[in-house]
Amino acid sequence: MKRKSKQSDPESNLRSVRQAVPHDSAEKHVSGEAIYIDDIPEPRNLLHAYIGMSAHAHARVKKIDLSAVRAMPGVAAAMCAADLPTDHNDIGPGFAGDPVFADKIVEYHGQSVFAVAAETLELAYEAAAKAVIDYEPLPAILSIEEALKQKAQVLPTLTLTRGDATKAITKSPRKIAGKLGIGGQDHFYLEGQIAMAVPQEGGDLLVYSSTQHPTEIQHHVSHILGLHSHAVTVETRRMGGGFGGKETQGALFAVIAALLASKTGRPVKARADRDDDMIITGKRHDFIAEYEVGYDDTGRITGADFTLASRCGMSPDLSGPVNDRAMFHADNAYYLPHVRIVSHRCKTHTVSNTAFRGFGGPQGMMVIEYALDEIARELGLDPLEVRKRNLYGKRDRNVTPYTMKVEDNILPELIAELEQSSDYARRRAAIAASNATSPHLKKGLALTPVKFGISFTATHFNQAGALVHVYTDGSVHLNHGGTEMGQGLNTKVAQIVADEFGIDFDHVKITATTTGKVPNTSATAASSGTDLNGKASQVAARTIKQRLIKFAAAQFKVAPGKIVFADNQVQIGRKTLSFVELIQLAYKRRVQLSATGYFATPKVAYDPKTMRGRPFFYFAYGAAVSEVVIDTLTGEYKVERVDILHDVGKSINPAIDLGQIEGGFIQGMGWLTSEELHWDAKGRLMTHAPSTYKIPACSDLPRQFNARIVDWSRNREDVVYRSKAVGEPPLMLAISVFFAIKDAIAAVCDYQASPRLDAPATPERVLFAIEALRAKVGGDLDHALREAAE
Amino acid sequence: MSDTIRFVMDGEIRELRDVSPTLTVFNWLRESERRCGTKEGCAEGDCGACTVAIGERAGERVRYRAVNSCIQFVPTLDGKALVTVESLKHKGKLHPAQRAMVECHGSQCGFCTPGFVMSLFTLYHNAENPGREAIEDCLAGNLCRCTGYRPIIDAAQRMYELGRKDRFHARASETAQQLRAIARADSLALEWQGQKYFAPKSLDAFAALVVEHPDAVLLGGGTDVGLWVTKQHRRLATMIYTGDVATLHTLEIGSEFITIGGAVPYTDAAAALAADYPDFGEMLRRLGSVQVRNAGTLGGNIGNASPIGDTPPLLIALDATLKLRRGGETRELPIADFFLDYRKTALKPGEFIEAVRVPRAKPEVRFAAYKISKRFDQDISAVCGAFAATLAGGRVTRIRIGFGGMAATPKRAVHAETALLGRPWTDANIRAAMRALGGDFQPIADMRASAEYRLMVARNLLLKFFLETAGKQGATRVIKRDIAA
Repeated sequence: MKRKSKQSDPESNLRSVRQAVPHDSAEKHVSGEAIYIDDIPEPRNLLHAYIGMSAHAHARVKKIDLSAVRAMPGVAAAMCAADLPTDHNDIGPGFAGDPVFADKIVEYHGQSVFAVAAETLELAYEAAAKAVIDYEPLPAILSIEEALKQKAQVLPTLTLTRGDATKAITKSPRKIAGKLGIGGQDHFYLEGQIAMAVPQEGGDLLVYSSTQHPTEIQHHVSHILGLHSHAVTVETRRMGGGFGGKETQGALFAVIAALLASKTGRPVKARADRDDDMIITGKRHDFIAEYEVGYDDTGRITGADFTLASRCGMSPDLSGPVNDRAMFHADNAYYLPHVRIVSHRCKTHTVSNTAFRGFGGPQGMMVIEYALDEIARELGLDPLEVRKRNLYGKRDRNVTPYTMKVEDNILPELIAELEQSSDYARRRAAIAASNATSPHLKKGLALTPVKFGISFTATHFNQAGALVHVYTDGSVHLNHGGTEMGQGLNTKVAQIVADEFGIDFDHVKITATTTGKVPNTSATAASSGTDLNGKASQVAARTIKQRLIKFAAAQFKVAPGKIVFADNQVQIGRKTLSFVELIQLAYKRRVQLSATGYFATPKVAYDPKTMRGRPFFYFAYGAAVSEVVIDTLTGEYKVERVDILHDVGKSINPAIDLGQIEGGFIQGMGWLTSEELHWDAKGRLMTHAPSTYKIPACSDLPRQFNARIVDWSRNREDVVYRSKAVGEPPLMLAISVFFAIKDAIAAVCDYQASPRLDAPATPERVLFAIEALRAKVGGDLDHALREAAE
Repeated sequence: MSDTIRFVMDGEIRELRDVSPTLTVFNWLRESERRCGTKEGCAEGDCGACTVAIGERAGERVRYRAVNSCIQFVPTLDGKALVTVESLKHKGKLHPAQRAMVECHGSQCGFCTPGFVMSLFTLYHNAENPGREAIEDCLAGNLCRCTGYRPIIDAAQRMYELGRKDRFHARASETAQQLRAIARADSLALEWQGQKYFAPKSLDAFAALVVEHPDAVLLGGGTDVGLWVTKQHRRLATMIYTGDVATLHTLEIGSEFITIGGAVPYTDAAAALAADYPDFGEMLRRLGSVQVRNAGTLGGNIGNASPIGDTPPLLIALDATLKLRRGGETRELPIADFFLDYRKTALKPGEFIEAVRVPRAKPEVRFAAYKISKRFDQDISAVCGAFAATLAGGRVTRIRIGFGGMAATPKRAVHAETALLGRPWTDANIRAAMRALGGDFQPIADMRASAEYRLMVARNLLLKFFLETAGKQGATRVIKRDIAA
């Protein structure tokens, strides 16, 4: 039996799946023909919206006078909270706190207070400047420290415990304690936030929105306008990047466009320029973390106590699940026998922070990785050795703090392979030798692993729908609830459906995501796009295929098992029909050629009250080795070489997966190195354009960059074609860059002390860390000079 | 005088009149032509999503340069050719730069892609077998948030394997003919709803216009002025364009001086300066992306007197002089005396920078310059330091130190210089000079750096200069590039 099943290898009929099929829009991208919302031919009487923003971080709004705005020629409408058509004024996802227009109180500099629609954007901008708003400034909380002091929180503190961390730490032979600052991050999707609302008959609205979550936009628009959901259709063909920044943040622009369109009866486009986009919209949470960890003489952790405080900004938005995920990843890949994780969700008078690739996971992982690095330096061991000693076990030591068993751990093998392929041991020795003779430039090396939980932690989001039509010419039209933001979701899903029907990839077309075709969808987020929508689309395709098999079996009197779809043909016993022929025959015999598909992730069950259960269907793994060189006089550095080995299960599309791995890594590297958000003393964001906010550029790519997909992995869970999610996990591979920098700094004092370093590791922070270290070990610049003189 | 802007696009001579002189090429393309392939990512010339190629005649050939269309005003197209992403695909066939991007999986969300394609198009036309550094440099002004750049670098190599000649090569002489046909004997002058734009051709005419309109904005590459319009929404009443004045474009390498006309773009100035001062070349490379260097001018960098302009500290250290002209009169001014206060210069009303004179390199003068920023490429300096020292018998016989980012203007570090002048070039004296820098500067804190870091790193740059010039052991730079001219 076993041998027989091996012969009918299910992989043998795959033509698209497993192939490096180019992105289905690639040719449109390179020729400028791909249509983003701002490229849609503008309706004749289009109005342009401009959002009037708060001039204070925290203030009472005593009066809003828009009469001068409305009096400007070319202005069609201006609205503030008082002008809303219903008493609904909140677009918070789940929790309230995000008004469309601030009412009576503003809680961050840049918050939406009113909006203008005018004939041109320039006129709308000029008109907005005429608004008279009377503010009474109030004291503002602008930092996590201040929020902690004032106990200002958007959501209550949560604690996750197992065993008795305090006791375990007290009893430990060794312990470390410290504090780590972790910076936030702007998404910097290249296409800024945008929406265009077009009035339809009977007060209905069609809203084009650059969003990861069309269904939520539909709900917000209908709620604010007092319409039923069936009156609002939201369409998203593609985004010019999302990264989590368009999971909830697109709502403001869509709702404002819809409000103004509804009020004027004219189409309205709301597009933020780069500066306004960065000022108005939320970012990755910055964190302050405190750790206290007990460990034994081998470096194994006996107990860990973490306190994570994050800047949520002025409202909850997605801060609840973001911070939950930070807690769920404070173990990263390591077993913590006794643990307490406390999570403070701090309220500040800054923009409400939101989803960003990794969704709290990266910040959680930074804490445990920092602690392990400190332990290794205390013990004088290579941090990699300490990391390996603390990895989750396979038979024991394999239960997470939230009681989920780690069943699919492949890190020991993965790390061993990466150590080999990256030549870790030899390079570790070479770096030590090079540092001994290089007084001014020091090199550093670090290998860090990633274990990332896949599924929405809110269990009910783990569902998806799809709609498949087969037309009588044999072409297939496919829709699913996911959105395309560049990650190649549509390409992968089309590959799956093409192979289901045994037809060529280009016979399948995926068109714009619309709430009119697939309803009640979840956000395309949590790396789950392909897992959910790939399965749902497969189910839909299989429904049609089963009808075709049933029909063909009866028609040609062949057993259903003898009917095979492959290579644009259908083998029916000894007879062969082209796929098109079978479809035309089936149509004439009145077989339904359209179907919906639905998928709900099995096994996940998690109780948010106790923070226990199985929040994740499975884990994705990876590891990276980074080597850097730092300039000890300036704090500048260069990432010289990176080796990555990453687990995507069995890849559906190795080119797209590699793109996610490499792109995620570089984005994570930016978060931990050059990307720094800076607010001034009045709570104004000063880094709101690429001139001041520095994402990695081309030359920041490591000179040697070897990223590979694990070629022996297979998802043990029943995920589509045994693949694994890949959107978020690779971002955290970049943690290796941060610790390579820390390693290089430690070389300044010949590894006699451990440097203190917060993220992002800007040249300034690196130089300060170097100077602090030199002061600590009694040396200073003279030390370098003496060495140089020798 | 003519009021019609003429340029070549897709083989056609286009004529435009009755447009605002501050209409950007980007807005014209998208709004009037509905060519929406060109994207806006920042509207300040920092992301490159709006990159287009500008063609200029070079004999019977055409030289293409990448620029940011979002901050390029339409009148500056006059006499040139414009190539956009829509121009490349021909009869359904992708250009090698486009095909290579598809094959190498160089696009994900696709929004930055047209800009990358246009940068690659100019690379395809300007380089034969570019190495990794040349590719990185060509793409430094194009930001991608999805791919991490590796596949795009691959595409930059791959495109040459897909054919060495494109349609633009085939049509070069035809395009050159068209450019010759629209080259004007007269000069362009526009007036639109009270806005005036002059593009004189002779130095005399330019000088006369500047005297006549002392409040006019002198427009060079527009890499700063463009932002006054796109970011600050300023209405510019009168502009006088330097780009058509041949004399301002001259670059003369004499035995004593390199003389660079005020309107010479960074790209052209870099070649001349790098030969004498490799660090000057590297500074110009890091000052901005290719798109910025192709448009921005040395005269503009000096004239706008930003405290964080990257060339003034170097020019101060090198004792450069400025040739200033007002009408028919000229005067020479040491550049250190040019900067009076924040954004205030010694220029009199009606006066402008005709040329910059930089002394040639001398064997006894050691020169180094350093730029400190969060990112190496296409970033604004937190601190920029430049040092020129003449050493004789182990003693400092002459020293000039210029810093940017440390004060309200680019500024000489006189205290530090004094601490070194006439003294032996030793560790102890450098330490003293490092301390003396505290008397020269009380820098500010902002989003680029804290005051403490600025002073600390400025001191360390002086130390670095010492280490590099005193024959001390050990590498001192994390990026060491071949400064190819």
